[in-house]
Order: sequence, then structure tokens, then C-alpha cells
Amino acid sequence: MARVVVEVMPKPEILDPQGKAVTGALKRLGFSGLSVRQGKRFEIEIEGEITPERIEQATKAADSLLANTTIENYVVRVDG
Amino acid sequence: MRVGVVTFPGSLDDIDAIRAVRLTGGEPVSLWHASDSLEGVDAVILPGGFSYGDYLRCGAIARFSPVMAEVIKQAKAGLPVLGICNGFQVLCEAHLLPGALIRNDRRTFYCKDQLLRVESTSTAWSNKFATEQEISIVIKHGEGNFQADPETVRMLEGTQRVVFRYLGENPNGSVNNIAGIANERGNVVGLMPHPEHNVDPAVSPGLDGVRFFASLTNYLTSLAEEA
Amino acid sequence: MTDTVANAKATPDVTQPWAELGLKADEYRSIREILRRRPTSCELAMYSVMWSEHCSYKSSKVHLARFAQLPKTTPRGPLLAGIGEQAGVVDIGNDWAVTFKVESHNHPSYVEPYQGAATGVGGIVRDILAMGARPIASMDSLRFGRLDAPDTARVLPGIVAGVGGYGNCLGLPNIGGEVVFDASYYGNPLVNALSVGVLKHGDLHLAFARGAGNKVILYGATTGGDGIGGASVLASETFDADGPAKRPSVQVGDPFTEKLLIECTLELFAAGVVNGIQDLGAAGISCATSELASAGDGGMHIDLDLVPLRDNTLTPEEILMSESQERMAAVVEPENLDRFFEICAKWDVLATVIGEVTEGDRLVIDWHGETVVDVDPHTVAHEGPVYQRPMARPDWLDALNADTTASLGRPGNGPELEEHFRRVVVSPNQCDKSWVTDQYDRYVRGNSVLSQPEDSGMLRIDEGTGLGIALATDCNARFTLLDPYVGAQLALAEAYRNVAATGAEPVAITDCLNFGSPEDPEVMWQFSQAIDGLIEGCKILGTPVTGGNVSFYNRTGETNIMPTPLVGMLGVIDNVADRVKSRFQNQGDAIVLLGETRNDLDGSAWAEVIHNHIGGNPPKPCLEAEQALAQVLLRASKERLLSSAHDLSDGGLAVALAESAMLSGFGARMKLPEDTFVALFSETPGRVLVSLPESKLSALSQLCGDLPHARLGTVTDDGALTITGQFAIAVSALRREWAATIPVALKTRPRSAR
Repeated sequence: MARVVVEVMPKPEILDPQGKAVTGALKRLGFSGLSVRQGKRFEIEIEGEITPERIEQATKAADSLLANTTIENYVVRVDG
Repeated sequence: MRVGVVTFPGSLDDIDAIRAVRLTGGEPVSLWHASDSLEGVDAVILPGGFSYGDYLRCGAIARFSPVMAEVIKQAKAGLPVLGICNGFQVLCEAHLLPGALIRNDRRTFYCKDQLLRVESTSTAWSNKFATEQEISIVIKHGEGNFQADPETVRMLEGTQRVVFRYLGENPNGSVNNIAGIANERGNVVGLMPHPEHNVDPAVSPGLDGVRFFASLTNYLTSLAEEA
Repeated sequence: MTDTVANAKATPDVTQPWAELGLKADEYRSIREILRRRPTSCELAMYSVMWSEHCSYKSSKVHLARFAQLPKTTPRGPLLAGIGEQAGVVDIGNDWAVTFKVESHNHPSYVEPYQGAATGVGGIVRDILAMGARPIASMDSLRFGRLDAPDTARVLPGIVAGVGGYGNCLGLPNIGGEVVFDASYYGNPLVNALSVGVLKHGDLHLAFARGAGNKVILYGATTGGDGIGGASVLASETFDADGPAKRPSVQVGDPFTEKLLIECTLELFAAGVVNGIQDLGAAGISCATSELASAGDGGMHIDLDLVPLRDNTLTPEEILMSESQERMAAVVEPENLDRFFEICAKWDVLATVIGEVTEGDRLVIDWHGETVVDVDPHTVAHEGPVYQRPMARPDWLDALNADTTASLGRPGNGPELEEHFRRVVVSPNQCDKSWVTDQYDRYVRGNSVLSQPEDSGMLRIDEGTGLGIALATDCNARFTLLDPYVGAQLALAEAYRNVAATGAEPVAITDCLNFGSPEDPEVMWQFSQAIDGLIEGCKILGTPVTGGNVSFYNRTGETNIMPTPLVGMLGVIDNVADRVKSRFQNQGDAIVLLGETRNDLDGSAWAEVIHNHIGGNPPKPCLEAEQALAQVLLRASKERLLSSAHDLSDGGLAVALAESAMLSGFGARMKLPEDTFVALFSETPGRVLVSLPESKLSALSQLCGDLPHARLGTVTDDGALTITGQFAIAVSALRREWAATIPVALKTRPRSAR
């Protein structure tokens, strides 16, 4: 089984309340100077070989479902 | 009977818990998350809400607040602690209770009047119920799906530490329909349902929540008598 | 290079993108006349957002002005604040006051349903907060395309999750609202969010900047690129086939920050350290600074470099236009600054002095040490363009009114009647809405006496005395399409009746006027008619309009939505223990219909569900009869005569009866008048179905006096709704089908791609 990873992050210009809250908590715990943005990681198992068509298929999946492209960016990459 | 109610940033049902303590004859004491003093209270309630927005995991950030260090210490020494909804999540993150609460299997927030069965009456917060008593308590949460590894679940079931179980519909996918559990000693109880919403005749769909607070009174009284 | 005032004077002939910012040529010309020079790009940004339809009400102003003729008095005394403030404030007695308002967030909710709806809730809550009130509850009126339309499966779950996600996290019970489906909302859903707050009379705060030397503080979230141009582009122009590339960035809500902002702001008010406060919503800093300065007695100087940014690449124009959520602006005297910052620190709320109130009357804004804005704030905030848009009664209306229900096929026998009954009850607009409302916390704060699906939401305000309020929102847009004047009055009458049915005295309204394009003369005619209908109706009922919101450009392509003037009615109840629920309570209770039934089937749910028909003339409202009915209901509630009371509206007696039974589990045995079909499906207003012990029938009859009332049946425990001589239907089976409509419709279709 080959694996494609899709990483979804809030767009840089979009508010990331989760990341903000985690940043604040880390600061209170003494981890200074860290700034966090929180995203999602999807691991997609693919049947058979990874071909350009498969990558495109995963990209379409990311674009239409996994990411909300109004507020999120995504990166598709082959794991390994 | 002085009962502390902790307010974390993002706590919501703190005022409800305070009212419920008052309506059931206790003296509520408001405790602030940033303080490390419990002000000598006889018991603590961790109320519902979205502490710190629940943004990392529910209860994960609240668990590190100064007040929790003291709650954890005193709970281990026997202080009665009730974690309601978000408070339950905080207790699990703090490892005062085993397991974790994950997203409802229906994937949406769910608010309803839920039937429960009382499975254990040997805790600080459930001793005034009859065993297997059926009660109706408000639930309202998006992440109330109790999960633990099979061994932990067997242990909880085998040691009568499952205190409340969902009856009828399982609203969130919890393993074995578990709605609430206790620690080994029975002084710490966490549950997803909200007993503080079932104590006030003017607004509550039922009054089954009263016995949670009566149980605490009973527990503290018997402790005092023993001492 | 920054376009400074000096630069603007030196380069008068620079071509500016006024059209792209939504300004018309003559609007741009008047900005140049006001300034006696060309605006800087920052000034252009400010004027363009503040003069947008959304912020300036330029098309509606002349019509809204007519609301001023209504007395500023409720049945409980004078209004403490009315139209023109951020929200109206009503005295409810015992030193308590209530402020409430409904606002639309329609277009953003189409683009990004979750965040659009969430930030809609957040915005109206800050309006309430800015009055000095503690927000205590929400309601939401939602309208979607047909339930079986593909995009509804995207928009509905997203909007509902957004409303719930934000409101639940704020700890505000959601106690009511509506969910309506109609093809005209496809591609343009309506999200009308209502917020209500409570305060003591002495705590009322109005927004203005006063006293030179006082500091202007921005507090709450940092400023980012959210919704730049959202107000002018999103809310003012139709969203249609522009494609994703042109979609402006949406606002993202952070309810946790808003919760802290609420607690922090209430503590600031209580400590007495703020002179004026304003929320930042549409048009962000542009709006807050110009409105605060304009309402005060001095000018204002702002140093834009001091605004804490989330994104350091923002230009000054963008900072001025940013619609980042969860921000407030306050005016604070220098000696109170320490205490102000101390309270903000307690709640972990970021607060920054960004300027001060000045002598004189100019709003001056600097960026990197140079002046980029120098304007009279009044010209920005209050002297926007005012349009007398052309109005025309639609040509198609006569034909529509002539196409009545008289020719539609009616059920010919008992089984057919039962079939129509069942189909109307389980249809999308009449079915169980708990799939939606179960996603909202209705219990938090512990004062929710009644919530959906009751006729109105009810909250206890004073634990000691039981003093409470009730709220209902209503609009039957099918009636408004057929006759906007009458339709608006019917919305008003229904909200009034819903409040009275629960035992509360209706006292005041807020409105949310959702219409199509104001550039369409037919839409402007509908708008004007609806306002006239509301004014005449409110005059009779004695309920002032305390404020509201206008949303134009609601259309998909060239198709305007049905005119939807939503009315939110506030009621007061002296003791919430007297509240009346809508469902049957006891077996053996008598079932009585209050009010007169006429042959009103045009525009009805029956015509829609059975014949997919809309046409004819809406029922004639009789507001005096509504008042008489309300009086009976209020006295009956006080004297504890009633077991239940349920308003008759969409679907008439059929739906009211079915709901009273299904929600209780009881059945009913009914003997209806000879024309059973009309008795069941007519939607004549001014009617309420009540149940009560037989022993109290004569007392009720005495209360009714001249008000028509008729015993129609008895509550039973046999689990069946029996219409004598026609049909009997099992309540549990009906309930199952009624509860399944929405879940089945949403599940049969996979969640569509965004």
C-alpha cells in the first residue's frame, strides 16, 4: 500500500483560534517564544502504484472535501 | 457544606452549578482558575463549558491551570470532586479518572433530556439514589463519547466504577453506554450529563439532579460522624 | 508609497478605484466635494465601506424614517433607547431592562456556511454587549432552498453547526427561531440571528466619545485580513457567478475570545472605567472610530501603527476595513487606564491605546507619522448618500392574486383528508426541527423556561419574583409575496400571538427586513409596503419598533427572494410560573379553539404541499381581534385556567393539533365543523388552540366574552388523533414520520464537496 499525505492548514491570513489558544497555553507553561498554528493531517492509503493520476485524484479529494479552500490551504505529498 | 465551583476561562455552566448548590442547601464558593487556593471548601465541582475554547483537546489546557494542581492533590487525599461535562473531560486529562472523551459518533453537538440508569450508589455523588434507579438528566455536548482500552473498561465494570449508564439511545457512542465513572475511592466522579440543570422547578425538565447534591451532603455528614 | 493627505492635495488627478470599491460616480464626486480635494486611499476605503448599503442604509433610510412616527412607548412604559442606538432597550419593570436585536448574515453564510453563521451570532451578541447588557440568549431564523435541493445539504448542516458552535461556546441558550425551506432562498440562504441581553436601568451605556484627552482603546482580538471588503462587497452586491477567485476572504470566529470579551466588558462596565464603548463589526475600525467620534462632542486622533496586527503585511487601508471579529473599542479617561488594563489582563484580553479624543471636530488618522485620514467623522458615519429608489407595484402581482386556490382539488373523503393531513404535517416546513435545534444548548445559564418547539422562547430574568420575558420570531414570506403590506402585518400578528400564547404580554418588536435588490423598483415597492404594514400594525398593537436591520440584494441570479420581513416580538411575564406550554398535558382535558375560522387557503401550507401552488390573496389580519385574543390568553394564564395553548399558523388547525399531540404523546378526539377540510387547513390568523380541564370551561367562556370560541374535542390517552366521521391516525406513527423528514433528506445524500 502506498500512502499519500494531505496536510491542511488555516490560510496565513485567516484567524486560527486553536493555534492561538495552544500558543497561550504553552507560554503559561513556560515554553516561551513559540507560536503555533494548528492544522490537520490526512493519511490516504492508495491501492496500487502511485501515479500522477493518483496524485491528481488525491489533490482533487483535498480540494473538494478535505480542505475548506475558502479558509484553508493544503499540501499533497507522497509519504515515504 | 461549602462547595467550590471552579471558573476556567470559557467555563459556562459555573453559574448553573453555583445556583444548584445554593438551591440544594449548600454554600457555593466561586474558585478562580488562576488561584491555587481552594479556600478550604468541602467539595469541588468542575463545571461544564469550553475551557480555553477546548481548542487542543477538551480539558487539555485547563488541566494545567494553578487551581487544578490543588484539586488533583486534594482529590487524591479524598476531597469529593464532581466533574460535569467539560469538568469530566478535565478530570480525564488530569488522570484523576481513566479514559477519554472523544467526538460524538453522530459528529454533532447534541442537547436533550437523557435517560440514565444509576449503576453504583457507593460514591460521594450517587449514594442517595437507589441502585438501578432510572433518572432523566440533561445532556449537551459535542465530545462525550467515552472511550478507554478494553482492559480499563473491564476494570471499571468489574469494580463498580461505572456510576451512570445511558438508557435507551446512546447519544454519543460511548463504550458500554457509559455516562459517568468514579475513581477507586468513589470521591471523584465525572459524568457527561448535567445534574445542575435538573434542580430548579421553574426551568428544569425534571428534578433528578437534586440527589447528586443530597448525596454529597450525606457523604460529608457520614464522614463527619466517623471522625 | 502611502497615500497621505499631503499627497492627495498634491496629486488631485490620480485615478482612484472608487467603482471597484462599490461607489457610484456621484458618490465619489460628493466625497471630493466634502473633502474639497480627492480622498486619500485610506479615506476612500473608509467612505466606501461606510457608504455601502450594508452600513449606510442608503436605499432604506427614507423608508425606515417612517418608523419614527410610532410612539416610543411600550405597554410597560417609555423605551429607554430606541432606533438609532446599537439596540433598543425596553423597561420590563423592577428596575430591569431588556435589549434585543436581530441581524442578518445572509451572504457570508452562503460563501462559508459555518463561519458565516458563527460570526453572525458573534456580531449581534457584541451589539447587545455594547449597550451595557449581559447577553442571555440567542434565537435564529434560518431560511434555505428546498430541503431536497443539492446545495441545501451543504448549506444547512454548515449553518446549523456554525450557529451552535459559536452560541454554545459563548454559553448562550438558543431558545427559538425558525427553519423554513423555499426555492427562492436557494443560493441565498437567510441567517437572521437574534440576541437578547439584560441590564439594570442604571447600567445602560450609549456609544460616544467625549472629553478631549480621553484615550481610545482597541481591545479583544488582533486585526487580520478577515473579510476585507466583506461589508461593501459581500453584503451589498449579489453573490453569484463570480467564481472562487473573486470571493473575498471570510471572517473566522473565535467564540472563546468572545466569551472572554463578554466577561471582561461587563466587568469594565461594572467598574465604571469606560465612557463609551462600541463593538467592531462591519467596516471595523472605520466604523467604530467615525461613529464614536461623530456621536461625541469632539474629534479623534488615531495612530494606526498602534493597532495590534495578526498579519504584518496589512496596508493602512486594509487595517481600516478589516472585519476581524471579537474586537471592541472603548473611550477611557486617563485616570481609569490602569484599572482598565488590569481587568483586561485578568481575562487575558489584549488591550491597546490607539488614540485619543481631541478638541475640534476632525477624525485624524496617522500611519508611519503621516496623516492618511483627515475627515469630518459625521460625513463618514451619518451623511452617506440617501436614495429615493424608484418603486413600482409588480406587473405580475394581479395575475398572482387572481390565481386563487378555489380551483385546486380538495380531498373528497376521509381517507383523502387523512392523506392530505399527513402530508402537510410531515412536509419540510411543518416537520420536526429537532435535527437542527438539538445542536443548540437550550439550558445553559439555567433560566430557560421555554424553548423550541414552544410558541415562544421564555427566560426568567429575576429569580426572586419570577419576572421573565418571552421572544418569538415570525414571518410567512408566502403571504408577503402575495401582499407585502398584509404579509408584514401577518408576521407581526403571528409573533404577537406566539408571545401571548405562552402567557407573556407582547411589548415591543425588532425586525430584520430581508429583500431582493433595491435597484429593482418592484423590490422597493415590496419593501415600502412591508414597512407601512408594520407601522400601521404596531400602532394598533401598541408595540414600538426598537430597532432592526435591513438586508438587500438577496437574490440568486435575477431571482429575488420572497420578501421576508422578519418580526421579533418581545413579551413580558410577571411570573414565569404562569407560563403555558403548547403540548397537551392531561387526558380528559377539553380542546377549545379560540378565534374565528374563515376560508383562508390562499398561500397556505396545504396549497404548497399538496399542489405546489402559491397564489391568491393572504388572509386579512384583524389586529384588534389579535389584541382581544391576547387579553384572554394573558388572563387565562394568570388565572391558571389553561393546560396548553398553541398558536395556529402555517398548516392551520391540522398542524397545531398534530404538534400538541405528538409532543405530548396524548391523542385527541375531535368533532369538527361541517367543512372539515377548511376547519383543518385554513390559515385564518387570530386563532389559538387551548386545552383545559372541563371544570374550567365556563370560566374561560366568561373570559372570552365576544371572542369566538368553540369546544372541538377532548384529549385522549388512546394514542390516536380522531377526526370524527373522517379518519383516525396513530400519533406515534405520525410522529415517527414527522421526525424523520429532515434526517432522511440529509442522509440520503452524501455531504457534498465544498
